[in-house]
Amino acid sequence: MDCKEAQNLINGYVDGELDLVRNVEIERHLQGCALCTQSYKNQQLLRNEIKTGSFYFKAPADLQTRIQLSLRKAAKAEGRAWVLPKWWLNIAAPMAAAAVMVLALVPFLRGPSTDELLAREVVSSHVRSLMATHLADVASSDRHTVKPWFAGKLNFSPPVEDLAKQGFPLVGGRLDYLENRPVAALVYQRQKHFINLFIWPAGSGSDVRTKMVSRQGYNLTYWTKSGMTYWAVSDLNSSELQEFVQLVQNQA
Amino acid sequence: MGEKDKLARFEQVILPHLDAAYNLARWLTRNEDDAKDMAQEAYLRAFKFFDAFRGADGRAWLLTIVRNTCYTWLQQNRAHDTTTMFDEEIHSADSDTSNPAILVLQSADHQILRQALDELPAEFREVVVLRDLEGFSYKEIAEITNIPAGTVMSRLARARERLKQVLGNRLKKGA
Repeated sequence: MDCKEAQNLINGYVDGELDLVRNVEIERHLQGCALCTQSYKNQQLLRNEIKTGSFYFKAPADLQTRIQLSLRKAAKAEGRAWVLPKWWLNIAAPMAAAAVMVLALVPFLRGPSTDELLAREVVSSHVRSLMATHLADVASSDRHTVKPWFAGKLNFSPPVEDLAKQGFPLVGGRLDYLENRPVAALVYQRQKHFINLFIWPAGSGSDVRTKMVSRQGYNLTYWTKSGMTYWAVSDLNSSELQEFVQLVQNQA
Repeated sequence: MGEKDKLARFEQVILPHLDAAYNLARWLTRNEDDAKDMAQEAYLRAFKFFDAFRGADGRAWLLTIVRNTCYTWLQQNRAHDTTTMFDEEIHSADSDTSNPAILVLQSADHQILRQALDELPAEFREVVVLRDLEGFSYKEIAEITNIPAGTVMSRLARARERLKQVLGNRLKKGA
């Protein structure tokens, strides 16, 4: 073995990664070569310094608690998911978020004078309850399954349309609670995005034209038509959400 | 497996490797807050995929996920960290073969060495961390980093060469 070869193998030798034959060869070379022995010693010195030099970052004390808390949350979310199809987990979070967004807007519906601080508290407590216990769902792309499911649960019958042909397949429905009353929530999908369409009877009879707002990265559209109030919310871009809204308005 | 059992088993098998997860994340992100976020995200991902874990080596399995999480983050936030490569010429010019200067370490070298390691490109930093701080074999490092074992050895060699060079320069300056 010559110096060049020995140099190439020195890292493997220091790390104890060489096979027996090469190990013997390099040791034989080192015995007769001061230069390579020196670089071997340097290598060892360096390695020991890194190993013993307190270069190891121990996890900060609070990190374990923080991770355990988030794991517990994740486990709960999965626990809810196992009775439902697998993809349900993927939409549970966006749906909860969407529901939060709509709840957050409740004060705006009542007028600008509403105490926003109080609203935030209401929202937070709703989020918690939604995440922990919200289970009542009907997962179906068939509007003849979803629409009857609401019967007996609501004192109104929400219009349910399947918009799969237009690129917005129906995912399912569930009961939600907005403006101090149970409402119908229909879930639609656009590729990987989910849309929540909340429907409940309007207080006054007159139609209200479509309005769009954006809150925390979500687009929201709401309107009142034929005595029903509609709120659509999604992380879809506003033009696609607009397309969806147009379809719903044309059907209903 | 119920979710409670899964969580209990996960905490028993994977949570003890928190230091290793944080250490790797800390060296890859190079700051405490991001390292915490990466560790937490990696643990959540690991939990999600825990059913696929076949129980060989929890630490190696977890670190694979930590590494992937960090690299995604690096690409988004510190793109230059993963693309900066060594200047091969500068790097090999002063190699041991021609000039094996005798390394004598002083107490101040500790800081110099830490900084030198910190300044290595991520691909080189991680093999040193996995080998010298975590004690993984070349084969295990190859699996965690998804590179051939031969590349592990050459990256280690180049990384250490660079570190020795930095220390050697300090000697020449007489610092």
